[in-house]
Amino acid sequence: MSAAPEALASTLVDRLLDPVAALGRAVLGLLRSVGAIALFAAEAISHLLRPPFYGRLFLKAFIEIAWFSLPVVALTAVFTGMVLALQSYTGFARFNAEGAVANVVVLSITRELGPVLAGLMVAGRIGAAFAAEIGTMRVTDQIDALSTLSTNPMKYLVAPRLLAGTLALPLLVIVADTLGVMGGWLIGTQQLGFGSGAYLKATFDFLQVADVVSGLIKAAVFGFVITLMGCWSGYQSGGGAQGVGRATTSAVVASSILILALDYVLTAVLFSR
Amino acid sequence: MSDAQPAVTSDVPKIRLRGLRKAFGAKQVLDGVDLDIRAGHSMVILGGSGSGKSVTLKCILGLIPPDAGLIEIDGRNVATLSRRERELVNDRIGMLFQNGALFDSLPVWENVCFKLLAQNRISRRAARDKAAEVLAQVGLAASVGDLSPAELSGGMQKRVGLARAIAAEPDIIFFDEPTTGLDPIMGAVIDGLIVDCVKRLGATAVSITHDMASARRIGDDAAMIHKGQIIWRGGAQSLGDTGNAMVDQFARGEREGPIQMELRR
Repeated sequence: MSAAPEALASTLVDRLLDPVAALGRAVLGLLRSVGAIALFAAEAISHLLRPPFYGRLFLKAFIEIAWFSLPVVALTAVFTGMVLALQSYTGFARFNAEGAVANVVVLSITRELGPVLAGLMVAGRIGAAFAAEIGTMRVTDQIDALSTLSTNPMKYLVAPRLLAGTLALPLLVIVADTLGVMGGWLIGTQQLGFGSGAYLKATFDFLQVADVVSGLIKAAVFGFVITLMGCWSGYQSGGGAQGVGRATTSAVVASSILILALDYVLTAVLFSR
Repeated sequence: MSDAQPAVTSDVPKIRLRGLRKAFGAKQVLDGVDLDIRAGHSMVILGGSGSGKSVTLKCILGLIPPDAGLIEIDGRNVATLSRRERELVNDRIGMLFQNGALFDSLPVWENVCFKLLAQNRISRRAARDKAAEVLAQVGLAASVGDLSPAELSGGMQKRVGLARAIAAEPDIIFFDEPTTGLDPIMGAVIDGLIVDCVKRLGATAVSITHDMASARRIGDDAAMIHKGQIIWRGGAQSLGDTGNAMVDQFARGEREGPIQMELRR
């Protein structure tokens, strides 16, 4: 009978510690995933350094990412530049700083919005497509078939895509930067009353090489992360069509969050003084 | 099992399994599989769903690492090989998957000659000719080579899968449920093609199936796996009249017998 209060106390302590245990499990799960993804990436990179090389697959992935993402990235960049010009003008008018519109547009686009928005657009298109394709291959035994045909699936499926993503996104961002600035110029000259020459002069006077280069570095990192998460999610998928669906969602969500988180980290590193 | 027959032959077997064990979580799928497969013979492994026959095949192919046990191919333990060495062993192996597992992104001719192209053993132009030749061996026209796998019927996909399995002229060919999902006539056609191809190559064949008619057509030897162990081995033609109550029940498809399905009501 005397054990009853002790048992009650023990149950109470267990209940109180439940959230802590759940948090611990979640943290351990997260660390396991991070470790597994890091090993997956390291193995894929090691295959880029050892023959055989699948040039045709690299080219196919590169065209898929760079060429077929061009319309959506271009449209996003143009409208972002236009909105940015309009918002800055109306905002800056409150303290008579309308003249800074061109500078704000070009710095915002090259440093931040070009790489981040292009990254998010490509994550939606390519991350999902890679996860769905590789996931379908997983659940229909095509990845096992590659192994039985003496072909390493990591080398064949993952390595060319990673390289293509890392190289293609900076090219897309160059286009996005150009079109974003042109979007701002269009609104500046056609709606806000800036002279064309003056707007462009203000744009290029304040632009530094480091602004563009930092954006391209971010783009290369984002391209790597998008293709890595797409390939990883697809590679780990299972459970039929539902599993492939989950892999696709997970690829897009994870790469979008990582883009935004890494954007902060890279900004802190690249622009710290 | 007490009525298990020794699955060992006197000469060096092409494939030798000893004490193969594999568990997934708490479920012990393979519980000490012992089996010898003679060179140049066709072995059929029978067993119900979940009995461990697919896992056995995947362990031999190196797709799943076993927890314990020995897997020898030509007297060499392949379970301990590096990935590169394993790829060299797989060079001599062909595999027909249950659902074909053809690569959606490639036309049929590239699927058929995939291994030869991936290893740069053949030019793309020569691969087209080779694919036409191998497709003819499985009764398909050369024009099928230009189609996408998605455009093929189930029977055609099996035949293309068979063409891919034999294109590199392997020593060992595995067949995973080769007739599942096919009508009886197409099943017999595929079995006939399998027998022809295996004989022409002089290969060792290992098939897993629960189709008795198919097992008798393609097998020289047969073995039955139940609850992760080989419980019987004998001639494929004796299936249905083996004297082993479990095998005979399975071969005749009888509801009553020593094998009880675990049905949850």
